[in-house]
Amino acid sequence: MTVVKTSINRRKFLKVSSMAGGGLLLSFSWLAGWAQEQAENLPLPKEWFELNSYIKIGADGSITLMSPNPEFGSNVKTSMPMILAEELDINWKDVTVEQADFYPERFERQFTGGSQAIRQGWKHLRTAGATARRLLINAAAKTWNVPEAEITTEAGSLIHQSSGKKAGYGEMASLAATLPVPKEVLLKNTGNFKIIGSSIKNVEGKNIVTGKPLFGVDIREEGMLVAMITHPPAFGLKVKSVNDAAAKSMPGIKDVFTIKTLADDYERNGFDTTSFTELVVVVGKTTWEVMNAKKALKIEWEKISDSNIVVAGWGGKQTVKIPAGLESTTGHLAQMAEFSKKPGRILRKDGDPEGAFSKAAKILERTYTAPFLAHNCMEPVNCYAHVTADAAVINGPIQAPEFIRNTLSARLGMAKEKIHIKLARMGGGFGQRAYGHHMVEAAIISQKIQAPVKLMYTREDDMTYGIYRPTYTATYRAALDANNNLLALHVKAGGIPETPIHADRFPAGAIDNYLAEGWQIESNITIGAFRAPRSNFIASAEQSFLDELAETMGKDPLDFRLELMERARTNPVGKNNDYDAERYAGVLKLVKEKSKWNEAKPGVHRGVSAYFCHNSYVAEVVELEIRNKKPIVHNVVAAVDCGIVINPDAAINMGEGGIVDGIGNALYGELTFKEGVPQKNNFNTYRMIRHGEAPKSIDIHFVDNKKDPTGLGEPLFPPVFAAVANALYKATGKRFYTQPFMKELEKLS
Amino acid sequence: MAIINLNVNGKKHTVDVDPKTPILWVLRDHLNLVGTKYGCGVAACGACTIHLDGSAIRSCQLPVSAVGSKQITTIEGLSENGDHPVQKAWLEHDVSQCGYCQAGQMMNAAALLKRNPNPTDADIDAAMNGNICRCGTYLRIKAAIKTAAKL
Repeated sequence: MTVVKTSINRRKFLKVSSMAGGGLLLSFSWLAGWAQEQAENLPLPKEWFELNSYIKIGADGSITLMSPNPEFGSNVKTSMPMILAEELDINWKDVTVEQADFYPERFERQFTGGSQAIRQGWKHLRTAGATARRLLINAAAKTWNVPEAEITTEAGSLIHQSSGKKAGYGEMASLAATLPVPKEVLLKNTGNFKIIGSSIKNVEGKNIVTGKPLFGVDIREEGMLVAMITHPPAFGLKVKSVNDAAAKSMPGIKDVFTIKTLADDYERNGFDTTSFTELVVVVGKTTWEVMNAKKALKIEWEKISDSNIVVAGWGGKQTVKIPAGLESTTGHLAQMAEFSKKPGRILRKDGDPEGAFSKAAKILERTYTAPFLAHNCMEPVNCYAHVTADAAVINGPIQAPEFIRNTLSARLGMAKEKIHIKLARMGGGFGQRAYGHHMVEAAIISQKIQAPVKLMYTREDDMTYGIYRPTYTATYRAALDANNNLLALHVKAGGIPETPIHADRFPAGAIDNYLAEGWQIESNITIGAFRAPRSNFIASAEQSFLDELAETMGKDPLDFRLELMERARTNPVGKNNDYDAERYAGVLKLVKEKSKWNEAKPGVHRGVSAYFCHNSYVAEVVELEIRNKKPIVHNVVAAVDCGIVINPDAAINMGEGGIVDGIGNALYGELTFKEGVPQKNNFNTYRMIRHGEAPKSIDIHFVDNKKDPTGLGEPLFPPVFAAVANALYKATGKRFYTQPFMKELEKLS
Repeated sequence: MAIINLNVNGKKHTVDVDPKTPILWVLRDHLNLVGTKYGCGVAACGACTIHLDGSAIRSCQLPVSAVGSKQITTIEGLSENGDHPVQKAWLEHDVSQCGYCQAGQMMNAAALLKRNPNPTDADIDAAMNGNICRCGTYLRIKAAIKTAAKL
């Protein structure tokens, strides 16, 4: 067993630092919020005894576990309480799960994103469960007057073997809740897990299939009004004037006004968006009435001027230029081609890449491009807010409440403690819902109209608001000698407005002469996290290039990757390689075995790809054929190393989702611009993957290594793109360099 | 505005609304039946699927005035105790991720099974193609429909 200290630092602190894998580390002490320390402030419910912020036990033995993080579909509302239940040593059937509100004084890192909920919650949740169990043991020891060490637990019962005494947790809960927190507790051996590693059904399953109100859009409160916004139709425009006479006189309409969500000089954090800070608002009684009045608004728009904003994000404080202009995709592509030719910022250099290229017998150079993508969560942006003179209640979809609370506080002129954020279930998040602009908008509207309000975006408002996955371009070059040995590798990649390069990831570390350069182009089109930010593009480029490089070198593409991994494992180049080459190779070997890579598979064409991100390793083999010029994906085999799998069937579900989503975005996903206007605004034009286009089967295998759990929501997504591209090459004889691949496929006769 | 009588989930309701209001918003805003979801408003995503006299329709496109005496069924009325074969199968396969589109998926699946009790994979693909799931639960939905066909 592992002994962990329960009390590290009782003073609440917030620590933010960037981490490998595009994730982030957020940590603040949860012990400060424990009930016994706040007994005067927090009266215990009559029937419940609170052992800590996460765990309440009733006298009858029923158990309520709080799920701290917002739920957007990755099933944390089931898996996080499973971790508590494991260490608490209870029967899952006795558990009721409650969604916690945002309450940083009591809960740790209430942020769902970066695939970090389980990885970063792991120790805290285990410690919380184990500490509560220990308090129950201590209570039994006191009651029975026996040594604590002689008491064992089993499935919600306390047992003293030699005296034959036995009690349910409920019987000891009232005393346990008053005892001091032990300084150290024992955690279970991972080999003794009973709940972790078993497939437990989604705790919200029944509510979902019976249509219960769960989401932000479902909120209804007494006296609540409905609000909608109108934002400029193009990036690069702002409101000039509003004629609201017709809208105001329409049935059910209460008010029409313009709001400014953030002052121009407001120092933004990384999750405050820069899209459209001035919005026209219509407030009325019902959604349909407000929707109609919104259409009756006559708004004149004008061009924005260049401006600068200050963003204090994870990379430190920086001034970001928002350029004027109405941007188009044709212009973006030309700009990216130009930047690809110029020297970039050197992000990593090993050996003498220039020297190696100068003496190369052969150079393979390929350029990969991908478009902007819209998130298209099935639930459009929405938020409920009720702001009064001295308190605010905000309830809606939000992945990162901590960040938006600061902005709400600044914007409403209200102390943070008076702002109560509830965490509605989200109808998808994918990174978009980390940006809480809708919470600020709803709060300002409620404050102005002095009534509770539900802000609703139309699908068009949502799809044309921004926060997109950026457009990117990457050029890979490989230098080969006369015998086709790899001498050097060079990647230069950038995007609008960021580079996708993770410079210290594979294949850095596996190649003697290596150069990575990055560049970026400023834009007024806003971007944001999108399922595996940056990785979702660079993986597709890198893994497509390695495939073509292997072919050029006359090697099997999977074995070539294993060769590179072996080099990185046994004799790594450089010191900062932020991956474990053995685990990386492990998933490739597993996918090789499970896909029967070495055996011919008639009727399908196969492509392989592997990637490391969000602390997890994934290798995938896509098996497809082309029928009537359309790709039919028969099967996808995936090997995943994400450490301990908390809830296997739910993990497979999410993995299947990542793969389906990846295939969809690789083949169809695209958002283009003309004069600043997004060229798609709804699902009748934006191509999403549909039922008949999903793979016929998906076969996911997890490496069983008992290591602490790492990310899962994102890592299966990035490798799919190249696995599809590499399989399409096998099927068509043509390499696919530009996404969406379906457009390229249609060009082939 | 007009007074309109509706039969929803076996109950009679009277609403006073703009007759052009899509039944989706009458259900959600006036009858507090929020299980039916708004996703696109242009019949392109399937999130708002309900039954009109047993057939699956997109409630975002049907004006309340066009309903007449037809019976409306929403996810809340698919079964009394959440035990319609489709609901049971959805739970057995633990289909949902975010869950937002699933009411529409289930209503469409229930209508499919009513007219075709043993659908093939191709039948399912064709019938369900209008229902988007960004979470990518399509494989489980198909498996659940096949299970429901046996219940």
